[in-house]
Amino acid sequence: MKQVFSKNYWGDKDISLLVGQILRIGVILASSILAIGGIWYLVVHGQDSVPNYRDFIGEGKSNTTIHGIIIGVFNKNIPQIIQLGVLLLICTPIVRVIGSLFGFIIEKDKLYIIITLIVLTVIVGSILSGVKG
Amino acid sequence: MTILTFTLILLLGAFVAGLLGSLTGLGGGVVVIPLLTLLFHVDIRYAIGAALLASIATSSGAATAYVKEGITNIRLGMFLEIATTIGAVIGAVIAIYMPTNTIAIIFGVVLIFSAAMTVRKKNEHALSGGSALAEKLKLNSTYPSEGKLVPYKLTNVVGGFSLMGVAGVLSGLLGIGSGSLKVLAMDSMMKIPFKVSTTTSNFMIGVTAAASAVVYLQRGYMDPGIAFPVILGVLCGAITGSKLLKRMNPKTLRIIFAVAITLVALEMIFNGFQQKF
Repeated sequence: MKQVFSKNYWGDKDISLLVGQILRIGVILASSILAIGGIWYLVVHGQDSVPNYRDFIGEGKSNTTIHGIIIGVFNKNIPQIIQLGVLLLICTPIVRVIGSLFGFIIEKDKLYIIITLIVLTVIVGSILSGVKG
Repeated sequence: MTILTFTLILLLGAFVAGLLGSLTGLGGGVVVIPLLTLLFHVDIRYAIGAALLASIATSSGAATAYVKEGITNIRLGMFLEIATTIGAVIGAVIAIYMPTNTIAIIFGVVLIFSAAMTVRKKNEHALSGGSALAEKLKLNSTYPSEGKLVPYKLTNVVGGFSLMGVAGVLSGLLGIGSGSLKVLAMDSMMKIPFKVSTTTSNFMIGVTAAASAVVYLQRGYMDPGIAFPVILGVLCGAITGSKLLKRMNPKTLRIIFAVAITLVALEMIFNGFQQKF
């Protein structure tokens, strides 16, 4: 196990390969969920007329909070299943940043550990502050 | 129109947007906004939400191809990401208070600029004498070219960083990746070879878009019925585009597309002044 955390085991290349792999899995997973939710949506609502997108109403709580999305998915609500795919897609670049953070930690590159943490703080801050209109 | 027809047309349109975006280097998000607003008459706020998702999809989709080649300068991307993520959050906050017609006009102007950038002359030279700050921040690196590792150095770190902040604000305000502004900052100001700047900008687009996407998601700009055809269409288009790029040089296509995009941009600006958004 010990060698897994050593610098020689994870060269710079391996880290980027691993991060690339994470990205690929994230994109495939997100688009699969979107495809399943989307087809389901079309089967159930395909013949309904298009909702009014001309005027902006905004999404309700069930589509805009992690809590609302998870509850909707458990209740097999189609919009929230699609929204789960959306959420996963938004997460993939953030996971990539976290992956790079591990890379810098293994390389003991203090300057870039700090820089990456600043970037993560901005993103997390933007999630928690929940700036709404 | 039924939901089925709407979804299928949107899927096809998003596919073309992703295809053209990747062939010209403009990115998928930029084309999604006029597609949704001008063609489908969707409110620009829903369009911005969908465009952000399209930007993340193309960035992550394309990145899986680039990472293998080891061209992306992760340190440079991460350092500049400080400017773009802070800018993106500021832009997303400004968007609350800015009238949608003004946003549409700004979008049109940025679109014209982006179109001009796709036909510009690229920086192919690696700089050998970089600045002290670039050295201190460990931003200089190498990239593989014809089986050899080419070392490059960069300069004007402060200028590039500031321009990245502007790119971030625009990205948060308009929901686009502002890839062209990012490449301008790296190519023209920091003198980075375009192979490196293109892939590094692509890495950054995903992270910047994610920073403002979480704000827009919480603000209710992301509608499931629009999101899934846009993401899936743009993603398939971008993947097809990157495969085609290996076999052809889309120089003529770039010029045609730049002209077409400029016309679309003018229509966005015109409609903005007519208060149609």
